[in-house]
Amino acid sequence: MKILVPISKVPDTTAKIAFTDGNTKFATDNVTFILNPTDEWYALVRALEIVEKEGGTVTVIHQGAAESEQFIRKALAIGATDAVRIDAEATDAYQVAHNIFEYAKDKSFDLVITGKETIDYNGTQIGGMIAEMMDIPYVTLASKLDIENGKAIVARDIEGGKEIVEIPLPCVIAAQKGMAEQRIPNMKGIMGARTKSLTVVASAGEALTTISSFELAPQKTACKMLSPDDMDELVRLLHEEAKVI
Amino acid sequence: MSVIVYIESNENRVKKTSIEAAFYAAETAKLLGTEAIAIALGSHDAAELEKLGNVGISKVLHDSNVKFDQFDTRAITKAIVAASTSVNADVVVISYNQNGKAIAPRVSVRMKAGMVAGATALPYTSAGFTVRKNVFSGKAMANVQILTEKKVIALTPNTLQKVVGVNTSTIEAFSTGVSDADFTTVIKSVEKVTGTVSLTEAELVVSGGRGMKGPENWGAIEELANEMGAATACSRPVADVHWRPHHEHVGQTGFTIRPNLYIAAGISGAIQHLAGVNGSKVIVVINTDLEAPFFKAADYGVNGDALVVLPKLVEAYKKFKSASH
Ligand SMILES: Cc1cc2nc3c(=O)[nH]c(=O)nc-3n(C[C@H](O)[C@H](O)[C@H](O)COP(=O)(O)OP(=O)(O)OC[C@H]3O[C@@H](n4cnc5c(N)ncnc54)[C@H](O)[C@@H]3O)c2cc1C
Repeated sequence: MKILVPISKVPDTTAKIAFTDGNTKFATDNVTFILNPTDEWYALVRALEIVEKEGGTVTVIHQGAAESEQFIRKALAIGATDAVRIDAEATDAYQVAHNIFEYAKDKSFDLVITGKETIDYNGTQIGGMIAEMMDIPYVTLASKLDIENGKAIVARDIEGGKEIVEIPLPCVIAAQKGMAEQRIPNMKGIMGARTKSLTVVASAGEALTTISSFELAPQKTACKMLSPDDMDELVRLLHEEAKVI
Repeated sequence: MSVIVYIESNENRVKKTSIEAAFYAAETAKLLGTEAIAIALGSHDAAELEKLGNVGISKVLHDSNVKFDQFDTRAITKAIVAASTSVNADVVVISYNQNGKAIAPRVSVRMKAGMVAGATALPYTSAGFTVRKNVFSGKAMANVQILTEKKVIALTPNTLQKVVGVNTSTIEAFSTGVSDADFTTVIKSVEKVTGTVSLTEAELVVSGGRGMKGPENWGAIEELANEMGAATACSRPVADVHWRPHHEHVGQTGFTIRPNLYIAAGISGAIQHLAGVNGSKVIVVINTDLEAPFFKAADYGVNGDALVVLPKLVEAYKKFKSASH
C-alpha cells in the first residue's frame, strides 16, 4: 500500500488574528503555527495504521517555504516514511492541489488521505480537487476507513447520520474525527526523522482565486443578562427584539 | 450565459440547503442580468422541483437515472459539468452541505473554475467578481476574488434570508450522458436518525455541555427542541463520553452551524467550541459561572443552573406558543 498524505501548517486556534498591508495579508508575527490538526491526528495516523497492517509506505507532502520543514520533520517523527516539500507559498487551494497532483500523478499511490479542512481557510477543497485531477473516487468527512479486498470501506457524514460506502482504489479520502487518535512522536521517532528523505520539488501550479482583502468578524455587542426566574422575558426578547422565534 | 445550481432531495423533498442555494443562484443571476437554471439528478418529486420557481429558478434540468441516488462524487461531478456546459453556465452554485463539500471542489477542477469554499454573501460584481467567506474558524472574513471566467460558489448553509414568490419552474428531461461505468461507489448501509431536525439545516438549535451533568438530564433539552422545532447539539466532551451521539458535536472538530438561534446550556464557550457556532445570529447562554467565556459571545445570558432554568424556559416557550396561536 502506497499512501500519500498532504499536510498543512496553520495558526494555532488560540492565535490572535490580525491583518497587515491594508488588510490584504495575515499578520504572522507572534503567531504560533502547528501542523493542521485533522491532517496530523486523523489523516497521517490512519495512514500509518494502514501500512502497519498491510505493509507499504506513507509519504507526506507539504507546500511551503523552507521554514516549514520543522512541520514536515514532525510528521516524519510521528512515523511517515519520507517527505516532499513543494517549494512555494500556498496561494489558493487549486494551486496546491495542482502541485500535489503533478508530483503524484506517475507514482501510483493507492490512497491519498487528507484532513477534512485546514483550520485557517476552512476550505475542504484539496482532497476533492486532487481526486478530480486524478479522475478517481473521493469521500470527504470520513470518520472511518478500512481496506478490505483492495477496496476502501469508508464511513462518511450525511445529514443526521452516517453512510458506509465502498469505493475502489486508488481513491482520495478526507479524514475527520473518529478516524484515528493523535500520536505523540517519541525520541526514537524524532531522531529517525532527521535522516529520512525529504525531496524538494518546484511549484508549477497556478491559482484561480486571490484574496483581495480580509476583515475581522464584527464584535458582539454586550450580552444582555436576564434573571433565571424570568424565562418569559427571554422568550419575549427572542420574539420581539431578536425576532428569531 | 447563465447561472446553474445543483439540487438535492431527501425523502422526496428538495433539501432546505438546496432551496437556499437556488435562491442564491437566482439572486446572482439577477446581478449578472441572466437566468438561473437548476440541475437535479436521480429521484425527485416533480411538484417539489416545480416549486423552485418560487425562489427564482426558471428551468430545472432533470436526469432521472436512479443510479444517481447512490452518492458517487465522480459521476455527479460529470453530470453537473455536462449540464453546465449545455446551458453555457458561467457560475455554478452548490450548497456546501455534507454532499456539496465532496462535489464542489471536483466541479471546480473539471471546469477549471475558481472556487469560493463556503460563501457567506452574494457576489460583488462592480470590480471583478468577489465573494465573501469566513476564515480562521469564523474569527475573520476574506473577500475572495475569482480570476477565471467560470466560477464555482459553494454556499455556507443558513446564510441568506430567502424571499419566496409564487412561480413554477418548468422541468425538462435531460440526459447528462453519464454512463454506468462512471458509478463506482456502493452504499453498504445508512445509519440515520429520522424524525428529528437535521443539525446543519436547523434554524434553531438547543445545545448542552458538560454542565448538564449527565445524559439523564437531556430531557429538558429534548423537550425544548421538540417544542421549538429545533435540532439538538452538544459540546465535544459530551460526545466523547457518549452522553450524546457524535453527529451532534459542534465546534472546530465537529460541525460548523449557523442557525438563527443557538441556545447553549452548561457549555463554557471554549474557542474550539465557538469556532463551530459563532456564525449563529443570536446566542443564548445558560451557565452557573458568570465568568464563563461564552457570555462574551452571547446576545442573551442567564446566570443560573441549566437543570433549573431549562424546564422554566420550556414552560415559558409553551405559554408563548399557545398565546400566539
Ligand atoms: C484541538 C481541539 C479541538 C477541539 N474541538 C472542539 C469542538 O469541536 N467542540 C467542542 O465543543 N470542544 C472542542 N474542544 C474542547 C474545548 O476546548 C472544550 O474543552 C470543550 O468545548 C468544553 O466543553 P463544555 O463546555 O461542555 O465543558 P466544560 O468546559 O467542562 O464547561 C462546562 C460549563 O458548564 C458550566 N456549568 C456547570 N454546571 C452547570 C449547571 N448546572 N448549569 C449551567 N452551567 C453549568 C460550567 O460553569 C462550565 O462553563 C477542542 C479542544 C481542542 C484542544
